[in-house]
Amino acid sequence: MSTVLPDQLGHFGRFGGRFMPEALIAPLDELTRAWQEAMADPEFTGEFDRMLREYAGVPSLLYDATRLSEAAGARILLKREDLNHTGAHKVRNALGQALLTKRMGKTRVIAETGAGQHGVATATACAYLDLECVVYMGEVDTERQALNVARMKLLGAEVISVKTGSRTLKDAINDALRDWVASVDKTHYILGTAAGAHPFPAMVRDFVRGIGDEARAQSLELLGRLPDAAVASVGGGSNAIGLFAAFIPDAEVKLYGIEPGGDGFETGRHAATISAGQVGVLHGARSFLLQDEDGQTIESHSISAGLDYPGVGPEHAWLADTGRASYRPITDAEAMEAFRLLSRTEGIIPAIESAHAVAGALDIAKELGPEATILVNLSGRGDKDMDTASKWFGLIDAPEAGRE
Amino acid sequence: MSEVIALGKAGAAIRTANDAGRGALVAYLPAGYPSYDGGIDAIKALVDGGADVLEIGFPYSDPVMDGVTVQRASEAALAAGLRTRDVLSTVEKLASYSDVPVLVMTYWNPIERYGVDRFAADLAGAGGAGLITPDLIPDEGAEWIASADKHDLDKVFLVSPSSTDERIRMTTAACRGFVYATAVMGVTGTREKPSDLAAPLVARTKAATGVPVGVGLGVSNADQAAGVAAFADAVIVGSAFVKVVEAGEGPAGVRRLTESLAEGVRREPSTAASR
Ligand SMILES: Cc1ncc(COP(=O)(O)O)c(C=O)c1O
Repeated sequence: MSTVLPDQLGHFGRFGGRFMPEALIAPLDELTRAWQEAMADPEFTGEFDRMLREYAGVPSLLYDATRLSEAAGARILLKREDLNHTGAHKVRNALGQALLTKRMGKTRVIAETGAGQHGVATATACAYLDLECVVYMGEVDTERQALNVARMKLLGAEVISVKTGSRTLKDAINDALRDWVASVDKTHYILGTAAGAHPFPAMVRDFVRGIGDEARAQSLELLGRLPDAAVASVGGGSNAIGLFAAFIPDAEVKLYGIEPGGDGFETGRHAATISAGQVGVLHGARSFLLQDEDGQTIESHSISAGLDYPGVGPEHAWLADTGRASYRPITDAEAMEAFRLLSRTEGIIPAIESAHAVAGALDIAKELGPEATILVNLSGRGDKDMDTASKWFGLIDAPEAGRE
Repeated sequence: MSEVIALGKAGAAIRTANDAGRGALVAYLPAGYPSYDGGIDAIKALVDGGADVLEIGFPYSDPVMDGVTVQRASEAALAAGLRTRDVLSTVEKLASYSDVPVLVMTYWNPIERYGVDRFAADLAGAGGAGLITPDLIPDEGAEWIASADKHDLDKVFLVSPSSTDERIRMTTAACRGFVYATAVMGVTGTREKPSDLAAPLVARTKAATGVPVGVGLGVSNADQAAGVAAFADAVIVGSAFVKVVEAGEGPAGVRRLTESLAEGVRREPSTAASR
């Protein structure tokens, strides 16, 4: 199922591994065993496939975005993960891990969420599979993603607003880990991205790798060949590794991860972990991270809550280190321009996370030229971001800003 | 004491207490809290009150093993500008204050960022006894283990109620100083009721090693300390001290609590002494 990496202890070269309290090591071993046995069991994989197909609307379409292509100056194919149930690629991982939770005989699920997409996907999977669900979300994110908070609550999840540290995704992960260490007997932690301690990076990758597996087959069918490049946004790295995994052995397909450049690289207010970070340990794995001279984590900044994370999954660190994939930042402003462009040219309102990938593809199109075909992971839809977009573009007259 | 047991500096202090028929008191406070100087005075009060081993906490931005008390203290220390060099100089001041061994309890990233061998050298140079590493397991610890051995430092790893016997064997084999047995499945913080997971964990750990075993997480008063000292070689207390500092009771308050806990570990004969 999985590609060659990681090794038995979860290392991708010098990255990954397990930097976790001893209390969680035995549970992580148990999880690793349960996951590997499940992936080798046709009953489990068959049920996972059925859930994806009948419930989540997978395989998602590969869409030939002709008007966007015209604007970009190269052919752009969009992998329409925005059309999945709950509106993002995240549902694949949430369903996979929730099904695994059942198989392990656990009854309670916890999750962290930034944009709220993973929280919604997890709350959905828990409603579907009858599991108790608690979602940790930074207070800042509960404010900018209020719609998703309401969705989670409606789905029966308890949402805990995290008020420590920077009150965003990294602090939500901290609190979820604190919960987990005390509750691991009955609780599975559905981590929402391809980061964290082994087996999470590999397990999440394998649950979302359908994105790339499908897109690869769809490209062959549509083009008779593989695309020249595959592009995805990188927060913790799940939608990107989900797209890349199938193409890693195809040396002719260039892989690009698009990082959140925030206010601009130079300002220091960004979340471009690989482009600007250094090697270190955060949330259980060695990878790149944004840190100060003393190894304290630096708060990240991005208009996109789902990309606003100072760490990144270890497999991306490894892909960057080996040169197999390259990573570059896109600013808030460039992402919002692409957000509008895709809306206007194709009638598709993307998640701001995914708009980063579209913006990256516009630059890559210029570099690769008009003959190039570029596959972009449209990881999610933009409904959750309408408030942010309205403010950015001044679409709604804010009463408080109104004239006297 | 002639066995080849990795007692190191902290372990020798613990065994001295055990030989006197009592449990040892290992006391924790973070560096830089409530201020740089205030932190040093508070830690000195641990010594004055009778602590046998000191643990100086290295404040970190993402302390996933800590409950709210230590989180708040860490945040405050960092917000006030505490740097790695300040942690090292705090160690130096405490090491020259008394003969009580000074360990640093730290999450891993600040050490990796400083440079593992460079930190080990500077810690040894400051008179520090070693490190307690709550998020570094021996499986990932080769670099630290080599540096600690090179610089003659204690290596305190954790065992937990969830640890398998095989992991306890592997982990204790990598320890020098003592083994940190976490009494509960959970984060740091004071608890009303002593854990019933601690005694069986200590028994399993002692079956694997002659290195002293300290029990931490949740101990906050003399009665609890006496209860733990009945089956463990050392009693580790942290959040209770942080709360005293947080409440503004100052070094005098820290000293009072230390004295009370020191009385607690003397109350019952430690079974460890009869090993
Ligand atoms: C639509 C969408 N895309 C991308 C991301 C970023 O996460 P990852 O890097 O794990 O794909 C998120 C996270 O919330 C998201 O909601």
